[in-house]
Amino acid sequence: MPVEVRLPTVLRPHSGGQTIVSAKGGTIGEVLTDLMRSYPGMAGQLLTDDGSLHRFVNVYVNDDDVRYLDQLDTKVAEGDTVSILPAVAGG
Amino acid sequence: MALVGSVLDLIGNTPLVDVSQLSPNREVRILVKLEGHNPGGSVKDRIALSMVEEAEKEGVLTPGATLLEPSSGNTGIGLALVSRVKGYHLRVVLPSNVSVERRQALESWGAEIIESSGNEGSNGAVRMAEHLHAEHPKWVLLHQYANHANPKAHYEGTGPEIWRDCPEVTHFVAGLGTSGTLLGVGRFLKEHNSRAEVWAVEPPAGEMVDGLRSLDEGYVPPIFSDLGGAELLDRKTIVGPRASVKWTRRLAEVGIFAGLSSGAAMAGAAKCAQAISSGVIVVVCADGGWKYLSTGAWTDDIDVVTERARRTIYF
Repeated sequence: MPVEVRLPTVLRPHSGGQTIVSAKGGTIGEVLTDLMRSYPGMAGQLLTDDGSLHRFVNVYVNDDDVRYLDQLDTKVAEGDTVSILPAVAGG
Repeated sequence: MALVGSVLDLIGNTPLVDVSQLSPNREVRILVKLEGHNPGGSVKDRIALSMVEEAEKEGVLTPGATLLEPSSGNTGIGLALVSRVKGYHLRVVLPSNVSVERRQALESWGAEIIESSGNEGSNGAVRMAEHLHAEHPKWVLLHQYANHANPKAHYEGTGPEIWRDCPEVTHFVAGLGTSGTLLGVGRFLKEHNSRAEVWAVEPPAGEMVDGLRSLDEGYVPPIFSDLGGAELLDRKTIVGPRASVKWTRRLAEVGIFAGLSSGAAMAGAAKCAQAISSGVIVVVCADGGWKYLSTGAWTDDIDVVTERARRTIYF
């Protein structure tokens, strides 16, 4: 199922400048894998060598951080929006 | 408390106000803790005092010392207040895109401002402060993101106050900045009621910091990793500028004049209220609205204000 993926500025050089791209998958892990297949430049940036989410990367499904849902197994459905953002401090 | 010896004695013991009329679920009460009632105007007065007193106890801070701190505003303002009263000199590394009132408040309490790049957000301010500290090791960097006296202020102050005023609390919602409030209050509440949930709200700041060169320039506060933040939080949700402004206005409708991050936290609480069948949500309103009047948040067209908020750091 295709979902819309919103990319942060730092990843756009790897997507030909596109802000929103489409990727397929039934879980976040599958969506990220499909994304990296389409845009190989993102490979080292999103996941670590052991396949877990890079610590400075936050991934959201419809505004909810997947780390507090089912991580990479979090389910996505057609029409969902996946956002990738760098971890940012405040204060 | 009619007469106090020092303005610093007014830090903490903030009021909790029932704003359940704003709850989208009749079975869910929403209470806001008004941190704008602190003398420096925000929740950050608590950690400013706690970090300074801890450093004094450890002998790191001696009379006349110079403090250096990266801050998007409120921690800097809290430290400026504490430094003024206790006789320290303060330099704040402040991103250029904060509201003009934050800058003015810092200057009013005698802090010196060192500007960091706005498009690198707070991450850029942290990096610059660490760099400056390496060059000037005598300046004392309390470092709110790494200092355990930050969550401690909430574990010993904010958390017990909430428990004292509302032991029925089922959900705690607050903004994620340094993560100090969530870590300290969250741990305290869960120790007293293991079923209490902790929800974090953050702005989509990663969208605005287009100055970062790679995702490796992202930043997770050391206290969050040290104190098991990922295990403590039950949910983390993003609230965009439009919803933040909208909920800041809804708070004003019931007489609560709070800052834009309070609007974001309320939006998170409303989402929480819709997701549960019944409960009592306590939400932190980190500051009052005074420092955001220049953004036109209450008076201007919502599209214009949303666009302005997109370019301003309000967490």
